[in-house]
Formats: sequence, C-alpha cells, structure tokens
Amino acid sequence: MSSPTKPKGLFGRLFGAKDKPAAPEAETHAVDAAAEPAEAAPSGEAIASGEALAETGPAPLEPAQAVDADAPARAAAAGTDSAEQPAPEPKKGWFQRLKDGLSKTSSKLSSGITGLFTKRKLDGATLDDLEDLLIEADLGVETATRITGAISKGRYEKGISADEVRAILASEVKRVLEPVAHPLVVDASRKPHVILVVGVNGSGKTTTIGKMAAKFASEGHKVMLAAGDTFRAAAIDQLKVWGERTGAPVIARAVGSDASGLAFDALRAATEAGTDVLLLDTAGRLQNKQALMEELEKVVRVLKKIDPSAPHSVLLVLDATTGQNAMSQVEVFARMAGVTGLVMTKLDGTARGGILVAISAKHKLPVHAIGVGEGIDDLQPFDAGEFAKAIAAG
Amino acid sequence: MFQSLSDRLSGVLDKLTRRGALSEADVGEAMREVRRALLEADVALDVVKEFVEAVKAKAVGQEVVKSVTPGQMVVKIVNDELVRMLGSDAEPVDLHASPPVAILMAGLQGSGKTTTTAKIGYRLKNRDRKKVLMASLDTRRPAAQEQLRVLGEQTQVDTLPIVAGQGPVQIAKRALDAARLGGYDVVLLDTAGRTSIDEELMQEVADIKAATNPHEILLVVDSLTGQDAVNTAKAFDARLAITGTVLTRADGDGRGGAALSMRAVTGKPIKLIGVGEKWDALEDFDPKRIAGRILGMGDIVGLVEKAAQNLDIEKAAKIAEKMKKGVFDLEDLAEQLAQMEKIGGAGGLMSMLPGVGKLKSQINEAGINKDVKRQRAIISSMTPKERRNPKVLDGKRKRRIAAGSGTTPADVNKLLKMHMAMADMMKSMGKKGGLMSRMMGMGGGGPSEAELAKMQQELAALDPKALEQLPADLKDALSGARGGSGLSKGLPGLGGGALPKGLPGLGGGPLLPGLGGPKFPGLPGKKK
Repeated sequence: MSSPTKPKGLFGRLFGAKDKPAAPEAETHAVDAAAEPAEAAPSGEAIASGEALAETGPAPLEPAQAVDADAPARAAAAGTDSAEQPAPEPKKGWFQRLKDGLSKTSSKLSSGITGLFTKRKLDGATLDDLEDLLIEADLGVETATRITGAISKGRYEKGISADEVRAILASEVKRVLEPVAHPLVVDASRKPHVILVVGVNGSGKTTTIGKMAAKFASEGHKVMLAAGDTFRAAAIDQLKVWGERTGAPVIARAVGSDASGLAFDALRAATEAGTDVLLLDTAGRLQNKQALMEELEKVVRVLKKIDPSAPHSVLLVLDATTGQNAMSQVEVFARMAGVTGLVMTKLDGTARGGILVAISAKHKLPVHAIGVGEGIDDLQPFDAGEFAKAIAAG
Repeated sequence: MFQSLSDRLSGVLDKLTRRGALSEADVGEAMREVRRALLEADVALDVVKEFVEAVKAKAVGQEVVKSVTPGQMVVKIVNDELVRMLGSDAEPVDLHASPPVAILMAGLQGSGKTTTTAKIGYRLKNRDRKKVLMASLDTRRPAAQEQLRVLGEQTQVDTLPIVAGQGPVQIAKRALDAARLGGYDVVLLDTAGRTSIDEELMQEVADIKAATNPHEILLVVDSLTGQDAVNTAKAFDARLAITGTVLTRADGDGRGGAALSMRAVTGKPIKLIGVGEKWDALEDFDPKRIAGRILGMGDIVGLVEKAAQNLDIEKAAKIAEKMKKGVFDLEDLAEQLAQMEKIGGAGGLMSMLPGVGKLKSQINEAGINKDVKRQRAIISSMTPKERRNPKVLDGKRKRRIAAGSGTTPADVNKLLKMHMAMADMMKSMGKKGGLMSRMMGMGGGGPSEAELAKMQQELAALDPKALEQLPADLKDALSGARGGSGLSKGLPGLGGGALPKGLPGLGGGPLLPGLGGPKFPGLPGKKK
C-alpha cells in the first residue's frame, strides 16, 4: 500500500536530520593488491630464513633486546605453566610452536597443495581448488582470489610442482605481511609509555597484557597495570594475578566504576611513580555497540588530559578464530580508539588467522605480536616471513 | 559491508529472460554468488559446497512465475534450504532427567562460556523456576572461578563454594554431591576454555563428562568464528558427543555463518543464542532469523507484516486522491506521522531488522521518536487553514505555533522543509512506474477503490519471503540517511520510485510456486 512507503520516506528524513554515525560496517571489497612491495621494507627487523629464526626472531616487543637467551627458560616455564602444549620439546623455539599451532592449517594446506600440483598443469580447476584452500585458512574470498591470481600469472597452463606453488604462496603472503611486522617499541622518552589494549569480548586482552607485562618487566622496564575492565566480573582479579606474577603494581577500582576515571587515576599514578610502561586494560566490547565504543573514546580523551600524546600505543587484540568480522573490528576500533597496532591471539589452536593477511592488505596496521598459548611467555613478536612460511610450508 | 546476496543475484539473474524454468546454467551462475555470500558470512567451505549442491538440485527445473524474477526465486530457494539446514524447530535445553540434571559447558577460550553459564542459570531460575547450582571447573585462567562466583551473586544463582587446590574432576563431583544434598534441580558445570587440539585439556573435559554423566553437553561457540568453526565442532563433538551448541555474541555485526557450519558438521541443534550483555539476553535459536542474516537479508517479513497490520487502507486511498490533485498538505503529513507512530515509530521499525537492533537504542537516545511526537504537536498547533495552505505561515504565525506546541520556530521551519521535500517527492513519483504510482494515483488517473482493494488482495496473497530483498536497500538507505542527507536520499529503494527493484513482483499477483508459506496475517481481505 501507499502508506507504508510514505512513512519510510519520512524515516529517511528523520534520520537524515540526526547526525548518527553510520553503523560500523567494514568494507571488504577493497581488499586488493594494495600491499605493494614498495612498502615492503621491514623496519630493521631481520626476516631470517628458516632455521636462523630462532636467533633473530625473538625481538619480542622490543627489538633492541636479544631475548634468545631465555628461550630454554621459557620452554621450561611452558612445561609447567602451560601444560596445554602437547609434549613440548625442551627447546622448542617460538617458530616451532607457531608452526605447531599453524600446522593443522598448513599441513592441510600444503598436503592439499601437494595433492593439487604434483605433476599437474595449472589450470582453472586447480586454481579454484587452491583458492578454496586459502579460503579455508580464513583469508577471505577477495584475498584468496588475489593471491590465486598472482600465482597463476605467467604460469597458467604450465606444469608446476608443489614446491614451487608453496614458495610462491609463501612469498605472496609474506609480501602482504612484511610491511606490517613491527614489534612494539617502548618509547623511553615517555614516562610512562601508555599502552591501551582494546578488543571484543573474549579476544584475550587481559591475558595479553599479563604476557606483555612479563616481557617488559624482564627487559628491565618499570611496568604498571591498570584494570580498566570494570565490567566483567573478576577481570580485575585476573589482572591482579598477572600483577603478582610479573611484579607489576595494579591500579584498580571497584567493579562497575567508571573506566575513564580509572584510566585518569592510573596515568597519574604511573607518572608520579616514574613508570616506564602503563598497560591499560579495557572491557571487551563488540564494535557495533555505539555506546560502548563512545565510552572507549572517552577513555582516550581523558588520558589526553594528563598527557596530550597518550595513549602512545593502542593495541587491538584479535582472536585468530575470528572470521571475516575481524575486518569490521579493525575498522571500527581504528576509527573510534585510534588503533596503532594489532596483536593476534590463540594461534596455538587450529585457527589459522588468515584474516590477518586480508587486514594487512587493507589497513596496513602494524602487527606487533602473536599469542601462541596461555603461558606467561607465549606472546611472540610477529614475523611476516615465518608466518607466511608456516602457512605455506606446513 | 557485504553486498547482499539478493543484490548480487539480481545482477546475475536479471538478464535472464523469463523462461519457463531455471536452467542448470542459470542456476550454476547464481550459485557462484551464493557460494561467495556464504563464504563471506564465514560458513565453512565444505558446508558451503554441500549446501550449494543441495540448492542447485532443488533449483534446477523450478518454474519461474512471471511476477517473480529468477533472482527472487533463487533467493527464496536458498533461504528455505538454509532454514531447513539450520533446523526448523527450536530445541530448548532439555531437563527431562532425574535431578540434579547436570549441564556441561565446553568451548574454546574466550567463547563466552562463563557468561553463558550465568545466563542459563538466570534463565532456568527465573523463567523455569528451577533451583540451580553453578560451579566453575576452570582452574587454569586466573580468577575464573571468582568470575563465576561474582556472576552468581549478580544473577542470584547459587554457586559452589570455591575450594583452593582442587582439580576439575574433584570440583565436578563435589558440585554434584552438593546439588544432591541441597535439592537442586540443575547443576551447571563451567569448564576451562581450551583449544581443540589441546589433548590434555580435552582429556580433562572427557574425564569430567565421565565423572558427572551430564544430561546436556553444550558447546559454546562465538558467532564471529571463521572457518575454524568446523574444527572446533568436530573436535569437541568427537570427544564429548555434545548435545547442542550455544551461539554467543549474536548481537555483534558478524554474519554468523558459524551457526550453519556447526549445525552441518555436528548435526546437533543450536539451542540458544546470546544477544547481549544483560542476564536475560539469551534467546531460543530462531533459524529463520539466522538464515536471513547469513544471506544478508534482515527480518523484513516481520516488518512488512507489522506495517500491513497497522496501516489504514482508507486513509491511504484518501491521500492518493489528494495527490491526484497534486496536493499534499500538512494534514496529510500529520496522518503519515500518526501511522508511523502506530508501527512503533522508527525504533520499532528498526528493531525488526536484525543487526540493526542496536541502532534502535541509539535512535531512542537521539530522540527521533520524540521528534515524531513533536512534529505532530506542531501540526496540531496550526489552524486548519494553515495546515491546508502552509504558504500563509509567516514569522508571527510560526512563533505562535512554536509556543503552542512547546517547540521553537526553527523546529517549525524544519517541519515545513520536510513537508515540502515530501510533497515534491510525491509529485515526482508519478513519473515512474510500479506499484507506488498506481497507489498514488499519479501514473494513470489514480486507483479506484476497486483497484485498491484488488491490490490489497494481491499483497495479502504474496508470500512475505518475496519481500526479503528489502532490508538491504533499507539498511543502505538508513546508513546513508544517517549521514545527514535529505529525503531524496533517505530511502532510495522506496521513496524515489525505484521500487521495482525492491518489490518487482508485487503488482503481478500469483503466488510463488510451492511457497505455501504464511500470508500476511494482519491484512484483512477487504476493508472497503
């Protein structure tokens, strides 16, 4: 009937009158070949090939530091602390662990590739299959199509071996990821360097903060934690436990208190105490909850009252099991909270985290670290070459 | 965000001529778009392939009736198949066992187990009047047990006292004992989060299962999960033989393809979905809603039904009559506003579009609904003469009207501007074809009463599903409109005469074949 349509015209009018921000929606279609090699200059971080990684890789969160020495200790700790490692080899490097974590993905991928390409011609059907394999790794349709396209370039209808495909796949993934692999550097000129940690519920913010605190403390930084998740029951207690483990003081208020007020207090306390790093936890929030996102904006605003340059880093914690929605998370959190870098957690499961490739292609946000377990030292710097290799090599 | 499936399909299929039946080639091309839409919604690839095959088999050879585009046909078939695969009926949590009935909660880290446990506890206690005990077996994450204790306090559901140093199996046994002694109906066992390849923890939860013999084993899955959902589902089901799944964070803006993956891989029903941070934000699973969301099509059925129930055909006819004369005065606008309020205002309308629900609260906050009331008040404060001929409104009159309606002259001006824009739109509408012009009487002399009644019947006979492509347009329009655009851009799919895209089949009449679905219940057959 006529009437339903006319009021709708009205709605448009009414809505038009209000300046409501658009619903957070990601635009995925623009995932294109944007990551050009021109930008691929990795910031001073040696992308070591293969085995050499054990030495060069661990520049955990602070590149100036050679942390390799504590690798065995870490592994030992993992033995007791995170018993979830299935029979961890005594000196398993992080690459090995990442590989373990990714192995399910990549073994499937690479066995798939092997099945596909052993003495086969690179025809349309084969490429479709390859695209499917990438999609299963959560790279997303766009990115998978693009990478498949790159692989087929100049090789179409030619015989190609599995090894070749693997190498090309790795190099394509690496090409996208390399420009974004930057460890998080503590700015010594800031007292404190304020790191705000944000993300959706259950992505692993508090755990990541605990691990980061341990890392920074072991590097000799004076660390303070702020229990800004005043919503989730026991989030404060959880952070306090991490404070005890890492010897970092924890600024906390009662559950339900104002998060931005706490942020203000914490920054002031950290400044007075001469702290190097202030790690600020926040409550998990879905990016489409406008009110909660505005609350986060307020936290940032309040921090700037004390230190106009704060927060110096805003880390978005992404769960590797998340699918295409991670794109929307990055977009909205970047807009509302000014995300400066990413951490991807839960790469020790079967999840592939391939969405990171799509995110990197589009947003070019630095990826600082990856979480590969629940242990205190299961946070590792992100290394594009190794990540790509682990995906492609199996 | 994502182009909706119906947009895509119309791109692919609109060029098809209206042949008798969908050919295999037609369907094949359409299925590529379906595949992509499902993958973008995070449905697992294997599931997508299976699904596409099933739909293909159903679609090939289907008659396309002249009033329906092939694209609509395919969307309909896809939607039905999705609903079927998701499980047609809601299966609630089953408590038919001798008390205390144990319910085991399992899932990956951060999937929302503890919160869900508390929500289920809350629901069972308050809705089903059960005596519920909750126990956290998570001895791994710092303060996890404490978290459940606090949630128990908040929801006023009893929790098992925490005893330091006990292992998960011990705690589970203690919980059952306590439940037996305390006369509890239900024991909720919240376990530690684990990765599906964590052998040790999987063994642990298997041990807990063996020790407690739970009646329900619920796998908690984040609806934002990507392709990994199948691995999770397979691993947990193989190990625990789960009885159902709970989808959390369905209030996010994810497309929720994980639901389909889980269901397809395990064959177990999705029992509940978490839709917010409040304790009662737990709902029974509704396959239709999730299907619409996976396809990127909102719950337009409810919207259309509700609108149809409340709008008055007589008044519509009257307005059409006026418009025939090129008049759309403020009285008509007041009528429109009143009708809008009837269907629950902007907020009520929006809440029926899934994924837009959250917008509703923002609209309420922003006071848009209040605006409607205010605008009506402004019009009420005018004299009949002013309403019929707004041109006479000068500054003095406006001030009087503002005072009378408790608004400001600026508000009055805003309303007048809106009215003018609407009137312009109405005038221009007649130039384009489609239902609108027929209704409005601009195209060809205006509808007679008989015509109106006939159209109404056609509407009533139309399956709501055919209208499902609307939300995409609507949503686009809304986000566009929120950017501050005016009326013309407000709802392009509806207002600007672009209607044929949205509702091409409306004018035709006959039912879609084999779609014996629900009719518009609210539409009376005849009113005049």
